[in-house]
Amino acid sequence: MKTPTTAAPGLGGRAAGLWSHPWFRFALRRTRRLLLALWVLVTASFLMIHLVPGDPVRAALGPTAPADLVQATKEELGLLDPLWQQYAGFLGRLLQGDLGVSITSRLPVGEMIGQRLPATVQLAVAAFVLSLAVAVPVGVVMAVITRRGKGRRTELAFTGTSVVLSAIPDFLLAVGLVYLLAVQTRLFPVAGLDDIGSYVLPTLALAIGPAAVLSRIVRVEMLTVMEADYIRTARAKRLTPVRVQLVHALPNAVTASLTLGGMLLSSLVAGTVLVENVFAWPGLGSTIVSSIVAKDYPLVQGTVLVYGVGVLLINTLVDVLLALLDPRSTIGAA
Amino acid sequence: MRAAHLLRRPVGLAGFGLLVIVLSVAALGPLLWGDRATVVDTGNLLAGPSAEHWIGTDNLGRDLFSRVLVATRLSIVLALGATAISIVLGLVLGAAPMLAGPRLGRLVTWAVNVLVAFPGLLLVLFFAVVFGVGERGAAFAVGLAGAPSFARLCHTLIAGISERDYIAAARIAGVSRLRILRRHVLPNIAEPLIVNATMSAGGVLLSFAGLSFLGLGVQAPSYDWGKLMQDGLNGIYTNPLAALGPGFAVIVAGLAFNLTGEALAAAFGLGDVPGTARRSRIRTAAGQTLAPAVTAPAVTAPVVTAPAEGTILSVDDLRVTIPGAGNPIHAVRGVTFAVRDGEAVGVVGESGSGKSMTALAVARLLEEPIRVEAGHLAFAGEDLLAAGDSASLRKRLGTSLAVVFQDPMTSFNPVHRVGPQLAEVSRFHQGLSRKAAFARAVDRLRAVRIREPERRARQHPFEFSGGMRQRAMIGMGLMGTPRLIIADEPTTALDVTVQQQVLGLLAEVRRDTGAALLLISHDVSVVTDVCDRVLVMYAGRIVEELPARGLRTLARHPYTRALVAAVPDMETDLTRPLAVIPGLPADPAHVPAGCAFAARCPLADDRCRSVEPVLEADTAGNRVACHKAGQPFPARTEEVTA
Repeated sequence: MKTPTTAAPGLGGRAAGLWSHPWFRFALRRTRRLLLALWVLVTASFLMIHLVPGDPVRAALGPTAPADLVQATKEELGLLDPLWQQYAGFLGRLLQGDLGVSITSRLPVGEMIGQRLPATVQLAVAAFVLSLAVAVPVGVVMAVITRRGKGRRTELAFTGTSVVLSAIPDFLLAVGLVYLLAVQTRLFPVAGLDDIGSYVLPTLALAIGPAAVLSRIVRVEMLTVMEADYIRTARAKRLTPVRVQLVHALPNAVTASLTLGGMLLSSLVAGTVLVENVFAWPGLGSTIVSSIVAKDYPLVQGTVLVYGVGVLLINTLVDVLLALLDPRSTIGAA
Repeated sequence: MRAAHLLRRPVGLAGFGLLVIVLSVAALGPLLWGDRATVVDTGNLLAGPSAEHWIGTDNLGRDLFSRVLVATRLSIVLALGATAISIVLGLVLGAAPMLAGPRLGRLVTWAVNVLVAFPGLLLVLFFAVVFGVGERGAAFAVGLAGAPSFARLCHTLIAGISERDYIAAARIAGVSRLRILRRHVLPNIAEPLIVNATMSAGGVLLSFAGLSFLGLGVQAPSYDWGKLMQDGLNGIYTNPLAALGPGFAVIVAGLAFNLTGEALAAAFGLGDVPGTARRSRIRTAAGQTLAPAVTAPAVTAPVVTAPAEGTILSVDDLRVTIPGAGNPIHAVRGVTFAVRDGEAVGVVGESGSGKSMTALAVARLLEEPIRVEAGHLAFAGEDLLAAGDSASLRKRLGTSLAVVFQDPMTSFNPVHRVGPQLAEVSRFHQGLSRKAAFARAVDRLRAVRIREPERRARQHPFEFSGGMRQRAMIGMGLMGTPRLIIADEPTTALDVTVQQQVLGLLAEVRRDTGAALLLISHDVSVVTDVCDRVLVMYAGRIVEELPARGLRTLARHPYTRALVAAVPDMETDLTRPLAVIPGLPADPAHVPAGCAFAARCPLADDRCRSVEPVLEADTAGNRVACHKAGQPFPARTEEVTA
C-alpha cells in the first residue's frame, strides 16, 4: 500500500527521533553500565597483584630462586615502574589482546586461555541449555497440574524434590554422580574429555541444581500469571487451553523468571570451576585453580578477567532479552 | 514465645534439631574422637568400610568416620568466622550512606551493586589470590566475597526504616549518626539480618567446602570436610564412601542452617525478607491455593426446555458456588432471565451482589474450583452446560459471544502486540491467514475509532491509553460477528468523558451488528442510558426486573428505589447530604433467612425476616421479589441516613 514517497518522511522522522527513542536510550544506558563494570573488573584484576602482601614474585618463584631471577621477572612484569605507568601499560596491552606471559609455563596467557576456554564454554552452555530444557516444561506442567489446589501430592513431591536437589552443591552432586553412574554402573567415564559420553556427567552435575530452582520459579510465576486478567481475555477468545498456557501465559512467566535465570547462569559459569576439578575437565576451571596455587599471577589475572567478562556479558544479555520480551521494562527504567 | 513458635513447625524442629546436633559435634568432636582420628594403622591403609572403620580409612590408615566428626569443628568455625566477616563488613558498607553522607554513600552503593553482579565463587577466587592459599586466607576470601550481598541487604533494610518518624526525630534531636545506627536502626533490622545470616552461614559452609576441595582452603595436616572430600575423590573406585561421607556431612550441616533460617523467618513473621523473598513467595503460593479440591463441576441434568423464539441467551436457575474452607460462598443463588436478540439488558447491584459472577458464569469463564450449576444455560440455541469443550463450540462462542472486561489496563496481554491479539480470533476461529487476520484486526481497530490503526496495531498495549484499550477490547469482540456482547463494568475504570465515548461506541456497535448486550454495572445512570431492560441483583438473586426507562417511576422493590434515590440528578437538593443506602450489603458467606435485604429495609417486618419472597411477574412482564412491593417508605431515605 505504501509508496516510497510516503514512507520517506516517516523514515526521516524516525532518524531525528532516535535520541528520544526508548530502545536507543536503553542501549545507551546498558552499554554505559557494562563499560563501567568492565572498567571495575579490569582495574581490580590489575590491582590484584599489588594487593598481595609481601613480594608476589618472590612468593611465586619460591624462596630458593636466585635474587637476580626475581629481579629479572619483576622487570619483565613491569613491577618496577611507577604504579600509574604499570596501569597505563596494562590497559594498553589489554586493548591489543595481550594478557602477558605465564610465570610458570613461559607461554602467552592469551594462548593458554584460548586453548582451554572452549571446553569450559561448551560445558556451561550445555548445562544451561539442559537446565532450561528441563526447567521450563517441568515448571509449566507442574503449574497446570497443581493449579488452584489440584494435585496436592504431586505438588508436595515436586517442591520437596526440587528443594533437596537445589540444596546440594554442584561439586557434591558431581561426586555422587561419579559414584552412581561411573563407578557403580560404568555407564560414563569418570573423568576427562574424550567423546560425547564424557559430557554427560559434568553437564548433569552443573544443570541439576539450577534446573530444580528454575522449575520451581517457572511454576510459581505460571500460577501467578494464570490468574491474570489477560488470561481471562484469552479464554474469552475461546482459544485452546494449550494455546492459552503456552502463548499467553508462558512468555509472561518467563519474563519474570528470567531475572533469576540470569543469576543462575552466571553462577553456573563459576560453578564450572568446581565441577571441572571433579572431572579433570581440560577447561579454564582447572587452570585458575592451579595458577592460584602456583601463584602464577599473569595467568590468574587473565582467567579472572575472562570469567568476569563472561559474567558481565551474560548479565547484559539477560537484560536485553528481558527488554525484548517485555518492552515495558525498557520504558519503565528510562 | 517465639522459640516455642519456631519449634512448633516441623521444618523448624528438624532444622533446629539438626543444628543442635551439628554444633554439639563441633564442640565435642575433637575431644571424643580426636584420638581415634589420628591413630595411624599401617595394616589398614585405604581400607574400605568395615565394622571397625565405618567408612574406611585414609592413606595412613586413620579412621575416616572419626575424621569426618572431628572435622566438624574446623568446618563450622571457619564458616561462622567468614559469615561474621561478611556481616560486619556488609553492615559498614550498607550503613555508609547514612554514616558517611550521601556522596560517599552513593559511591559505595554503586560499587556494591557492581560487585553483587559477580557470582560469589568468582569473588572468592579473586580474594584467594590476594590472601594466598590457606585456611586464614580462605576465611577472609569467603567473608569478603559475601560482604557485597550483605551490604545490599543492609542498605535496603536501612533505607526502608531511615524515613520513619522516630529516626527523623532522633536526627532532629541531634543524636549522633553512630548512636542512631546503634540505638534505633540496628534493633529494627536485627530480625531479617539474623535470618539472612543463618541462611548464608549454610551457603558459606558450602563454599568453604568447595574451596578446600579445590585445594585452596584448609591445608594438610589440618582438615575440614572439603579437604577430606578432596582426598577421598582420588580413591572413589576403591572406597567411594571416603568422598561421599564428608559430602553427606556438608549437606546435613548446610540444610541445618538453611532450615533453621527459614523457620526463623516464619517465626519472625518476615513475609518478604530481601533475599528470602523468592522462597517465601513460593510458600505462600502453595499455601493460598484454595483448600478442598473440587472435581469437575457437578452438572445437573439440563431440563430441556426449548428457549423462546428470538432469544439469544436463556438462563434458568443459575447457581454459582465458591467452595471455601468449611463454608462455601453462594455468590449466585438461582438466577433466571433471558436476553432477546438485539436487546440490551442491564444488571445493576452493589459489589458482592453476584452480578459479575453471573456474567462470567454465562460467558463460561469461571474455572474450578468455582462451581456453576443451572437448570439450563443456553446461548443461541446451544446448551452451554451440556456441551464439552469441542472445537466447534469454541469456534461458535469465539465468534458470536464477545466479552468486554472491567479493567482495560490489565485485560490485554502485555507481551503481545495489540493487532495480533485481535487477529488471534480470526486466525483460530475463522481460518484466516496471519496476514489476512492482521488486516482484519486493523480494520476492526478503525471501526472502533482508533486513529492510525496500522501503526497502533503494531504497538504494545502499554502504549495505548485506557480508553483506547477498552475500544480495542470492543474491537476484539467485533472480529467475529457477535450476537451477544457481555460487558462487565466496561466503564468503571475510565474517566467520565472516556466513559461516554465507550458507551457511545457500544451503542453504535449494537446498531451496526444487531448484537444483544448484557451490561453489568453498579452505575444506575449508565444502565438507564444504554439498556432496554434492567435486572436488579441483591445477594446473589434477582430482586426486580423492569424496563430501563421505568427505573425511576416503576420501581417497586425498596432496594431498587433506594438505589435510584442514591443517584443525584438535576433536581437533587445540593444543600442536603447525598442519599445512601443504610447498612452493609449482605455477606455472601452468611446470607440470612428470609429476604436478604430485610436488615436494611425500612419496610421490613417479621414475615420479611423469615420468609424469602419469590420473584413474581406482573401482567406487564415486570418481575419483583418483595412482600411489600410498591408500598411507600415510612420516611425518606435521606433522613434515615442524615
